[in-house]
Amino acid sequence: MLYQKLIKGLHWSIGCLLLVLATITQAGEAEFLAHEQALIKAKFEQKEHIMMAWYKADTQQAVQLMELMLASELYYQKKEKRLYRVTDARKGAVAARLSDGESVTIAKKRNFKRVSINNHLRALFRQYIARAGLTAVEPQQRIAAAEAIMGNTDPDLIATVTDLLAQETDAEVQAAFDLVLAVATLQSKDKDQQEAAIKTLGESLQPAALNALKQFLQTYSESDLAPLASQAVDRINGKIDFYNGVETLYFGLSLGSVLVLAGIGLAITFGVMGVINMAHGELIMIGAYTTYVIQQLMPNHIGWSLLVAVPAAFVVSGLVGILLERGVIRFLYGRPLETLLATFGISLILQQAVRSIFSPLNRSVETPAWMAGLIDINPLLSLTQSRMYIIAFCLLVFLLLLAIMKRTRLGLQVRAVSQNRNMARAMGVRSEWVDALTFGLGSGVAGIAGVALSQLTNVGPNMGQAYIIDSFMVVVFGGVGNLWGTLVAGLSLGVANKLLEPWAGAVLAKILVLIFIILFIQKRPRGLFPQRGRAAED
Amino acid sequence: MIRLLNQDRGGQLLIGSLLLAIILVPILNALPDSSSLHVPTYSVSLLGKYLTLALLAVAVDLVWGYLGILTLGHAAFFALGGYAMGMYLMRQIGDRGVYGDPNLPDFMVFLNWQELPWFWQGFDQFWLAALMIMLVPGVLAFVFGYLAFRSRVSGVYLSIITQAMTYALMLAFYRNEMGFGGNNGLTDFKDILGFSLQSEQTKIALFIASAVALIVGYLLCRAITTSRAGKAVVAVRDGESRARFMGYRVENIKLWVFTFSAVLAGVAGALYVPQVGIINPNEFSPINSIEVVVWVAVGGRATLYGAVLGAILINYAKSYFTVELPDVWLFALGGLFVLVTLLLPRGVTGLLKRKEAK
Repeated sequence: MLYQKLIKGLHWSIGCLLLVLATITQAGEAEFLAHEQALIKAKFEQKEHIMMAWYKADTQQAVQLMELMLASELYYQKKEKRLYRVTDARKGAVAARLSDGESVTIAKKRNFKRVSINNHLRALFRQYIARAGLTAVEPQQRIAAAEAIMGNTDPDLIATVTDLLAQETDAEVQAAFDLVLAVATLQSKDKDQQEAAIKTLGESLQPAALNALKQFLQTYSESDLAPLASQAVDRINGKIDFYNGVETLYFGLSLGSVLVLAGIGLAITFGVMGVINMAHGELIMIGAYTTYVIQQLMPNHIGWSLLVAVPAAFVVSGLVGILLERGVIRFLYGRPLETLLATFGISLILQQAVRSIFSPLNRSVETPAWMAGLIDINPLLSLTQSRMYIIAFCLLVFLLLLAIMKRTRLGLQVRAVSQNRNMARAMGVRSEWVDALTFGLGSGVAGIAGVALSQLTNVGPNMGQAYIIDSFMVVVFGGVGNLWGTLVAGLSLGVANKLLEPWAGAVLAKILVLIFIILFIQKRPRGLFPQRGRAAED
Repeated sequence: MIRLLNQDRGGQLLIGSLLLAIILVPILNALPDSSSLHVPTYSVSLLGKYLTLALLAVAVDLVWGYLGILTLGHAAFFALGGYAMGMYLMRQIGDRGVYGDPNLPDFMVFLNWQELPWFWQGFDQFWLAALMIMLVPGVLAFVFGYLAFRSRVSGVYLSIITQAMTYALMLAFYRNEMGFGGNNGLTDFKDILGFSLQSEQTKIALFIASAVALIVGYLLCRAITTSRAGKAVVAVRDGESRARFMGYRVENIKLWVFTFSAVLAGVAGALYVPQVGIINPNEFSPINSIEVVVWVAVGGRATLYGAVLGAILINYAKSYFTVELPDVWLFALGGLFVLVTLLLPRGVTGLLKRKEAK
């Protein structure tokens, strides 16, 4: 993380480099030449001194050279003995001379030699770059720099940081500087200062603070302050555990949302209609492939493509579902086992169809920019945005379905038919029409789940297979014919899975959850929230 | 035996042709290559494989056709029997493995294991392996069935949890830590009971063993279904509550038939493995179990010989299609599922019977 931040800063700085170098002043030029010659001739151990001297003489220039070296872009021309910036060491590529910014085409690759550095120098350079970054304009850069130097300070640097802290106005940067100082004072001889430092560190969530405290405990295990320090360590560890718990819960909820999304369509077709649809997974797959096709159709608007894909997938999967119901399933009502076999056959056909049309290989569906990214809550906890959207999306779909089932005419008719088909017909409900629409609704929701899944997993012909068993488990666990049950079951299974994962491993966690459900069904064959009343009896 | 087949023309035909195959196949195999009647050894093994799958289908038919439980996890029992046999065969490799370790199978050496896990102990003895082939699937079926039937899980729910069972087993066997070779499973077998698996005689012997097992399995199932207990089994299928009210212990009937069927599947798996030379976690995948159900459906439920017919027909078709037209196979299989359930609820044998009745 920290390293990434540094690299980001690095790129930015390199961008400004040529501009700055082109304005090397006349006075500075002689100096630059001297340093340049020394650097080219130098061995590894001398490079350190040269760069330090350079740093003292012209910090900005030296930092930029260090950045170039870290990026392996600093070369010198063997004959001229001049430094060049080479991004691409090939014949015909362009090299920029640092002293005057002149561009030269590389005639022979072997005329240019890279200014090499070793790991020691690399660490040192990062230190110095960070040190220079303490005065950067952007607060984020200053914080990154502070984090980089933490625990690696010398008295000079401490003095600098102390001075800077006095002038600093940004609260976050102040906190970061405070931390740097606290880590440093931990090593001082003064008890009071140490105590204050331990207190400061104990409140921090930075990994470096924890490390510093642990180190303190190791070196001063006899000190009076040791209990205080170990308390602070415990407190930080407690916080780490807490935030890890929050993260696990978050992962669990997002996995659970996926399960709910995959299962909720089934909760309608299986739960409300009593139809075992083994092709449910393939309806999800169709939704995912619809997303893929939409993205192919509008390659320049990836951001919008998902929003278009949701209704499109609903319609496509829904139509396939209605076709399925009219073509096959309606002949098999009341024969659940036969329905299971026939729909399984359909799932095979759909899989092979996708394989023949698209290819057996996985297709990649792009994630729009607005879905990517992290939400940084604090140094210990950052949540991925895409998961957040999945959770929200799942809840939205759930509420919509609930509203349809409870508030609309269709929902009323669906419930009537599922409770007592003959009575509903006698009341004038066109049960065949309702069957087809209900099945279409459940299938369409499966398609929507496919859109969401296309953002999380590979889109391939086998993706439906992976979810069919999970979906059935969720529906059966939650209690057939109960949307709320599906929601609770899906979320709790997701969380249980993620809770088990750290100590059991992903596969074993899944197996344990499956075994749990198998045992659970033995105990409560009708799930968590069984349907009550006469309709529930067979 | 005669009594068992008295009313069973399909069974007579089946046993007759199996006996004929036992005599004819070795003779035809011994003919010179040039003869048009020559059966290559490869085909003998293939036929043997079909027969073991047919035995699995008979086991499923007993449970689905007569007891009315649609099991979507029977391939798990088949695979467990296969793994027990595979473990025996692994131990027979001895120090001829790639790593030459006299005690540990290759994959354990590869995983840096120092000693044989406890559950591998004794598998170098054929009698123990043979016992386990029946015991492991039997015990699993017993425990699973005990829990499921006692709490009256039935119908679709039962189907789904059988599927979950085989799925969980598949995930478990994919793990290296389980000690069954992980992804790759068990393979590279050398010999069985001291006979090389590569030799033609062994292959013919395995074919004959499969045929005999199928005959015995068929007769046992027939014995169960024609007995008085068999009538109770059918009664459970057709009216569970009624059977219960008449005083039958429905759970017990279900449990014993289910367990017996699992043992039969285990034996089938054990005969399958030496003939194909490998057993891996894929055998547990839910689709395999469902495929078996289709064999039975195509052949015709509750006839037993229909299951054999369906298994052999579809597997022959599968072998043909996956080589000649790989893309078409899943379409064909999927189409079969739909057409048979919609148009041929009694399978091919039902069709033949109807013709006969006319």
